[in-house]
Amino acid sequence: MTETSIPAPRRGVPLWAQIIIWVFLAGLLVIVALGLKRAQEGTVQPGQVIEDFTLPLYSGYEFDGKSEVHLKDLRGKVVVINFWASWCKPCEQEAAELQQAWTEYEPTGEVIFLGIDYVDTEPEARLYLKKFGVTYANGPDLATRISQYFRIKGVPETYFVDQEGVLQYVQVGPFTSIEQIRAQIDPLLE
Amino acid sequence: MRSSRIIFYALLLTLAVVALWADSASAQGPTPTDDEVNRIAKQLYCPVCESTPLDVCPTEACRQWRDLIRTMLVEGKSEDEIKQYFVAQYGARVLDEPPNRLVTYLVPGVAILLGAFMLLRGFQMWIKPSITEAGPSDMKPGSKPDQDPYIAKLEEELKKQK
Repeated sequence: MTETSIPAPRRGVPLWAQIIIWVFLAGLLVIVALGLKRAQEGTVQPGQVIEDFTLPLYSGYEFDGKSEVHLKDLRGKVVVINFWASWCKPCEQEAAELQQAWTEYEPTGEVIFLGIDYVDTEPEARLYLKKFGVTYANGPDLATRISQYFRIKGVPETYFVDQEGVLQYVQVGPFTSIEQIRAQIDPLLE
Repeated sequence: MRSSRIIFYALLLTLAVVALWADSASAQGPTPTDDEVNRIAKQLYCPVCESTPLDVCPTEACRQWRDLIRTMLVEGKSEDEIKQYFVAQYGARVLDEPPNRLVTYLVPGVAILLGAFMLLRGFQMWIKPSITEAGPSDMKPGSKPDQDPYIAKLEEELKKQK
């Protein structure tokens, strides 16, 4: 029996196409993995330096006469960032305490309170601020950029940032007393 | 003479008041119905209540949003203007459809093309393995399979074995 040499047929996807397909699939996997990681991370954690953000302010609730505030401009001061909304009932529990704390710390000039109004409408937000006599700087979280950065899980949430811009404490849910607020601010001022 | 002048001024004043009222009424527009509000609301989603269109969402936040839509309609804002306002305030995720960006359609399009290409190649290899293994490049166009030199060779070998 004689041997017949049969040329090996050219099979499979070309190498360049395989590379593109695998790179594309790897990219998709990376995107999915990053999304899952982000979803499981929770809020920003204490010890993290908080990136700069710009908060536009409601008229009547300006900071230092300016209609917007940049976090980086507040370096050297303790910053208390409170996420709230007028439709949020638990926020009402702490509104008076926050305002009282602001009244106490405002004269020192070492502490700044920022209210960030989350997914709210301005007329209702203004009614809320008026109802609880809030006087510290307040503004809307436009396009929810700031709350997305902080990865908030709901409102109210309050973040205490020290003089170096490092997050020191996260309060998820409402404060039940002014002592709770003092307990976070006073150690940062020592 | 004096009384006719008073009547004239009274008429003038009445006309002025009516004209002012009509002007403000036309600037504000008629009160929109629930259907008109919901026509826009059903295209929006509140980030707080995920997967629930605004027109059927029962929360306080959604009620406030619907009120805002109604107010904006009274102010004479168009549907597009209202949607743009909501995107600017709360982000693009409030829309029921993604914004019309190139990447939104490019990535799925590329994925579909790649998938189709892989399927095509897979089917090609699945359907023609016997022909390719026999060396289709050696077959002349229009020749019948039984005229293939490899098949002829195979038959010859089989005959020899007999």
